[in-house]
Formats: sequence, C-alpha cells, structure tokens
Amino acid sequence: MTAVDGIDFEIDRGEIVGIVGESGSGKTMTALSILRLIPEPGKITSGRILYGEKDVVEMTDEEIREFRGNEVAMIFQDPMTSLNPVLRVGFQVEEAMAAHARFTRDQAKQRVVPMLQRVRIPAAKDRVRDYPHQFSGGMRQRAMIAMGVSNEPSLLIADEPTTALDVTVQASIIELLRDLSRELRAAVILITHNMALVASLCNRVIVMYAGRVVEEGPTRAIFKNPQHPYTWSLLRSMPRIDETAKERLISIKGLPPDLGKMPPGCKFHPRCKFRIDRCFTEEPPLDEVDPMQRARCWVLMKNVPEPETKA
Amino acid sequence: MSAQAAPTPATDPTLKAPLVRIEDLVKYFPAGGGLFGRTVVHAVDGVSLAIEAGETLGLVGESGCGKSTLGRVIVRLLPATSGHVYFKDTDLTKVRGEKLRRTRQEIQMIFQDPYASLNPRMTVGDIVSEPLRNFGVARGRKAEQKVQEVMRVVGLNPNFVNRYPHEFSGGQRQRIGIARALVLEPTFIVADEPVSALDVSIQAQIVNLMEDLQAKYDLTFLFIAHDLSVVKHISDRIAVMYLGKIVEIGTSNAIRDRPLHPYTKVLESSVPVPDPDLESARKPILLKGEIPSPVNPPSACRFHTRCPIAQQICSEVEPPLEMKENGRFAACHFPGQL
Repeated sequence: MTAVDGIDFEIDRGEIVGIVGESGSGKTMTALSILRLIPEPGKITSGRILYGEKDVVEMTDEEIREFRGNEVAMIFQDPMTSLNPVLRVGFQVEEAMAAHARFTRDQAKQRVVPMLQRVRIPAAKDRVRDYPHQFSGGMRQRAMIAMGVSNEPSLLIADEPTTALDVTVQASIIELLRDLSRELRAAVILITHNMALVASLCNRVIVMYAGRVVEEGPTRAIFKNPQHPYTWSLLRSMPRIDETAKERLISIKGLPPDLGKMPPGCKFHPRCKFRIDRCFTEEPPLDEVDPMQRARCWVLMKNVPEPETKA
Repeated sequence: MSAQAAPTPATDPTLKAPLVRIEDLVKYFPAGGGLFGRTVVHAVDGVSLAIEAGETLGLVGESGCGKSTLGRVIVRLLPATSGHVYFKDTDLTKVRGEKLRRTRQEIQMIFQDPYASLNPRMTVGDIVSEPLRNFGVARGRKAEQKVQEVMRVVGLNPNFVNRYPHEFSGGQRQRIGIARALVLEPTFIVADEPVSALDVSIQAQIVNLMEDLQAKYDLTFLFIAHDLSVVKHISDRIAVMYLGKIVEIGTSNAIRDRPLHPYTKVLESSVPVPDPDLESARKPILLKGEIPSPVNPPSACRFHTRCPIAQQICSEVEPPLEMKENGRFAACHFPGQL
C-alpha cells in the first residue's frame, strides 16, 4: 500500500506551514518520514528529504539520532501517552536536554525551570516536581512543547497539538506556538484537520488527499481562491461561527478511498461534483495555477461558473 | 414586588409550547472516600431549562462541565439526585412502570462514539430493530419493513441489514445510531456530541441529515457539543454550561453577537474562523488557570476564579440565572461588561 505518494515541498526558517487533510490522507506519515520514524514495516521507498545540505533518508543511525534530538522536535496529539507517567515532569524535560550533546547534565538541570516558564506553566518552580497526572491536558501539552523546544530546534513538527484540548486551552497553545516560532526562528509544520487553525497560524498551506498533495499555496490564496474542488468543498463543509444566515453546509458525498483500493484517475473524482471525463482515467499533475499556488486538478475552480449551484 | 415569581429558564414566558421543562436538576456522583467522609462530584448543580417543541437547543461547554451528564439524566439513563424533568406533563424523574415505557418511546439518544455505542456482534438490522422488539411495537415482516424504511431515511442502503458495524465507516455508523434512535418515531432526541468523532467532510453530512430529519418529522433536539461553531449552526437557542451550571441562555445569534456572560464571551473569542484576514484581527481572551474541580467548586459564581472582570461580590454572592432581556438569561453580576 502506498500511504504517501510523491510529496514535495520545502519550508524555510521562521515559516509556519500547515498540512491539512482528513484521517488517512497521509499527513502524519509525511511528518513521520521527515524524522524517519515511520512505523514498521513501512518505509520510504523513494525520494529525498533534504535538511540544509543533508539527506535525511541517507543518514546513518548516529546522524539521524542527532538530527532528531538537536534539530527537530515533534509534538503529538495526546500528551498523556507521550509522557512517562512514573517520572516527574521536570526530570523528563531535563532528560530531553541531557540525552543530546548540546547541554551537560548540570546545564540541563539549570534550564528546566526557565523552559517551563517559557511555555508559560504557572508556578513552574513548584510544578517541576509534579507527575504528569497532576497536570491538566493543556499543561501536559505545554510540558511536551518545553521538551521539544529545549534543544532549540530549527524545525518543530506539531501533529494535531490541540485536537484533544478544549477550545479555550487551544487558543493559548496556538498563541504559544506562534510566539515560539518567532523567538526560535524555527520552521514549524502544523498537521491538522482543522482549516480554521491553519487560517489562524500558518503562512502556507498544503492540502493532502489520499496520500497526495492536491493543493498548495499561501494561506490567503488557498482560503480566498481555492482551486482544487476538495479544498473548495472542505472550506464550505465546516460550520463557521461567523455565519450570518443559516446556510446549508456543503457536504462531500462518500468517503476517502481505501489505500488498498485507489480509484484510477484523479483520486478525488468519485466524490467530486465538478469532474469531467478525463478525471476518471488520468491523474492530474500538481500544476502551477499561480506563481505561488499549485493544484492537482484538470478542472480548477476558477473555470467553474457559480460552483455553489452545482454543489 | 409583584406577586408573580421572576421567570426562570424553565418558565421562560417567551416560549410558546415547551416540550421539555427541567427544574432545578441536580446530579451528584460519589467520588470515593475523602479524609473527612465521602466526597461528591457536583456534575450537574441546579439546572433549569426549557426546550421548545420543534426547536434545537444547543448545550455547549468544555470537558467536565457536566453537559453529557445533564443529557443522560434528562433521558433517565442516569437517575437524578434531585429536581424534575417534565416531558409534556410527565415528570420523568418520578414516572414508573407502563407509563415510563410509553414515555421512553418518545425520547431517544444519539451518542458520540459510533464505534462504542453499537454492539459489534449484532447485525445492523438487529441493532435498528431492537427498540421495536423491546417495546413490542412490531416484529417479523412488519419490523423488517420498518427497519428498511428508516435505513433509507438516514441514507443507508437497506440491503446492508445483515452486515455488522465493523463493515461500516464512522459516518455510516453514526447513521446506524440515528436509524436506531428514529425507528420508534420519537418526538425528542438528545444528541451527545454526535459529530465530534467524525472527519470534517462527514460532519457536514450528519449535520445536514439531522436538519432534514427535524424538518421531516418535526423533531425536538437537545444538541450537546463542545464545538461552538457546530452548535451555533444547528441550534435555534443555545445554553452555555460551566462547572455544573448553566451560565447563559439565548438565541444562537444573540449568544454569538452579544454574549452577556464573560465565559460565553471567552468561548466565542476562542473559536477560530477559516478566514486568514479575520484570524489576523481576532484576539482570543485567554483565561487564567485551569477549570476548577467539580468536587470542590468555587464559592458563589463558579467562574470568579478565572473571570477577567470578577469583583469581590462574585466570590461572595452567587448570581442567579435571571432573565436580562426577553428570552435572554444570564447568571452574572456584570452582564455584558467584558
């Protein structure tokens, strides 16, 4: 089975890129492959992942360990399962630093409280000795972020970092990620199913469907002028708190395809309301629709007059 | 002072024909032995509410606020500690025997997790027809026909009656749950987070389906969810819950446009919108601290420990949930001031 097929994108320091897609779209696999963390028996069969000049795919075990620890940090959805329940939070943050060569054990110890303060854990001095279960969901996610940024990574990957959290807590975690990306001048990849979060945090968006990038571009262009029917429909399928009149949601019929049973042609065509004959047989390439924006579609929404009536 | 008592949300004079009236409902759970005897979780602590026939009332709040417990007590999946739930004129907390059975037929529930709420060993046909058998409404050929009809209504292929839940996707499973709720032709449905486990594109399908069913069968919904955008979209009115209490009630537009309670305002300001221009202007109001424990909730106004505009009175006197305008209730000493 092919979970991710021919993805290519780049990301610069200081940039925040959102990868959006539904479950099974391949967004998490894409992120895990950057760290070469794809679960067995999965593997990267082709392609390169360049970090500066170095190819992550070709790195030795020693190199990849250093790369994961010092250059990249990953934040997961569920902070409870990523923290060790029997070790104190402060110790776990210290370990994250001491495990890699950047800081000595003493330096690491000294940096724990400032790190917890940096991610705005209140009364950090007292709470370093707490165990994860004594932290709330939001605080655990902050502790995870503290571990992640403690080595001052240049790339931060956040995989659904707020999905398990309440909306008021989500707001503060998003603020924190925004500030940290500025302070660290790190590149940030936000993986999410939530288009609204992308609008709030990201400079650039990559929309994935069935293991492929179907559209990519600057956030404003993608939201104001989506060209792929999937992006267009997704934006209209979510209820918006600012809707004025009660409008019927535009739903996307059917389901995303099974990775083992991919349809021929465009992978979205079975669910697409704007398809043409060509979509059934030939897969479109990810083509430029604008100097900054690319979409994988034979039709493109700019060529559909009054799409709302058709949907 | 007039002789008439001030209106409560249960006696809201702006409602024409309430189908459900909840009066001072309380649900406590024992939380194990504390040092000084047993401690108690104040999950639902004195809730009054009315649901108009044919409307969708949204119940919104964050995890642990008691909204699911409230839903379960209303349908009597859980017994109330005290208070009343009137359905039409029957007090659901008191009714027993045959009358309870007949009333229960009219009240159904849709659950959040379409994986956990369907028996994996039963076929879809058995799952959907089980209420018919339990209530002795129909059996045999007649039950089969009813099941096929209701499956068509919710958008499932009626030929799939012999399949098992694992053969369906999350969205289809939620349709099975809805079919099971509809088969007895209820008038009132409590939907507890019915779309939050689903992907975005599937959420819209289920939300649209619920709207269609409501129009077709004149259903009354209590729609419980944490996502204010979904609640705003589907509801006519919204009740906002915090730590076991309703803090505000109003039409869904009023709740969004002019929140009276500071907590409602904070919630509203926290919800992101899929529009980068609006997002760059939005300033979420960040709350200090954590949601307090329902075992030992704060005194007086429960929100005072985190409220950006709390004054001394807020920790001393509990503000009643009173009508501030027509059909508009809020429990706050300083409504509309945040």
